[in-house]
Amino acid sequence: MENELAISVRGLRKAYGDNVAVASVDLDVHRGEVFALLGPNGAGKTTTVEILEGYRQRDAGEVRVLGADPAHPDAGWRSRVGIVLQGTGEFDELTVSEVVRHFSGFYPEADDPDKVVERVGLGAKAKARTHTLSGGQKRRLDVALGIIGRPELLFLDEPTTGFDPEARREFWELIRDLSAAGTTIVLTTHYLDEAEALADRVGVIAAGRVIEVAPPNALGNRQESLATVSWRTPDGTLASAETATPTALVYDLAARFGGEVPGLTVTRPTLEDVYLRMIGHS
Amino acid sequence: MTTTTKPAAPVTAATAARRPGSGALALRQGRLEITQFLRSRESVVFTMGFPIIMILIFAAIFSDEIAPGVSYTQYFITGMIATGLMTVSFQNLGIWIPIERDRGVLKRYRGTPMPKWVWFAGKVIMVVVIGIAETVLLLAVSVAMFDLDLPQTTAKWLTFAWVSVLGVTACTLCGIAISSLARTARSGSAVVTPVALVLQFISGVFFVFTSLPTWMQQVAAIFPLKWMCQGLRSVFLPDSFGAREPGGSFELGTVALVLSAWCVIGLVLCLTTFRWTTKRDG
Repeated sequence: MENELAISVRGLRKAYGDNVAVASVDLDVHRGEVFALLGPNGAGKTTTVEILEGYRQRDAGEVRVLGADPAHPDAGWRSRVGIVLQGTGEFDELTVSEVVRHFSGFYPEADDPDKVVERVGLGAKAKARTHTLSGGQKRRLDVALGIIGRPELLFLDEPTTGFDPEARREFWELIRDLSAAGTTIVLTTHYLDEAEALADRVGVIAAGRVIEVAPPNALGNRQESLATVSWRTPDGTLASAETATPTALVYDLAARFGGEVPGLTVTRPTLEDVYLRMIGHS
Repeated sequence: MTTTTKPAAPVTAATAARRPGSGALALRQGRLEITQFLRSRESVVFTMGFPIIMILIFAAIFSDEIAPGVSYTQYFITGMIATGLMTVSFQNLGIWIPIERDRGVLKRYRGTPMPKWVWFAGKVIMVVVIGIAETVLLLAVSVAMFDLDLPQTTAKWLTFAWVSVLGVTACTLCGIAISSLARTARSGSAVVTPVALVLQFISGVFFVFTSLPTWMQQVAAIFPLKWMCQGLRSVFLPDSFGAREPGGSFELGTVALVLSAWCVIGLVLCLTTFRWTTKRDG
């Protein structure tokens, strides 16, 4: 075992001409963790991930992925890293099973192709030409190709874009399975509920910098934020108050109403509220 | 949840079969390319059918003899074989590689442990197999319908073989090289088709070469197609026809030299300019 870090990044920088895509990124991803990279379009998510995947060269910074520098990927390193890219590379003339079987040949520790096709939910489509698949099904094929080599580290770039809610839930189960088996997972996503459902930790990236890394429920001091208590007054209007001690307030209200408080809700900022505030500030 | 309590990725030795050796990987890649080619109806019809359609038209137009006992078909078959070999290598690759690059197929291969050369080997195997099949088909049609005389001596068959191999190699490398000129999937055929068409006109595919203007013959002599045609004429025409060539003989030494030179030029261009991703992909 090399160390506890699957990924370690210090001072990563990448510019395209005058356009600085990644200004300075520091990042640690632990082995076995599910790490989500959140950020608006153009924040530098994909550039960062593609440098970690060995697709792009960086301008500056220290990067270690599974103990090696991804700027010089060798076959051994490639066989330990699974990649699900944002754009799909299609093999129109081939069937699902043919493509997965072919890619299994590239990996020394490849999984059984039929099992993987089944696992991503394409069992019924195994003999179908890939051009007949729906968008969501093509994405599952991408995932199948990403995990066929039984990677230690799996990158997923916006994996569920275009999925219907049911397909997303199934996909989340698959990610949890992989994680439970010990795979380290790095995913980028636009969906806050996805990050919240899957990630052990979330990194928020904006304007080419990581502005915070925390577990989803602690992001932006979410746990310590003021809670909003709202209720309906006897004349029927809505009242609300922000408080650091919501329990005390609810107790007061219960006493005042002599029992049930009409229309009572207690909320804290959602991940989305926190996230929007964070990227708005940057 | 803490991030370090999950089990490490299982390292089990008794997994699926070991990865095939590099040679076997190349053969698998070749088989995959051939399957994709044969399932694409346009490729089969236009690449394999084109020379046969052309020889049918030419035989119908020029049904008489170019010299006593030597039909025009005997002359034009050389141009059709050369054109067919160029179509399956230069045009086929120059058109398809930009499409695969644009779709992200090449990027996906780069993300696997597959050695880079295996991908190129797959293309070469596909070109060679399809090239042989198409040439055999063309010869069979010509023998059956137009009484084509096949080469009678081992020496001529050997010449046929080395001219074809050198020619296909040069055209394959140039096709891979020119594929990097196309910026999008669609522009591949716009780049390649005019080049191929002009070469066919000036290299003596559609006309008796020596009937072309001298300057045109000199321009054609820079490129491989003219030399492929000339080498094949030495195989399919009586030895006395050597005197009718611009150089007063079939100049097989020069044929070998020019085609080899184009192999070197093509290889250098491939190694220096080949792109696995599109420009916008960085």
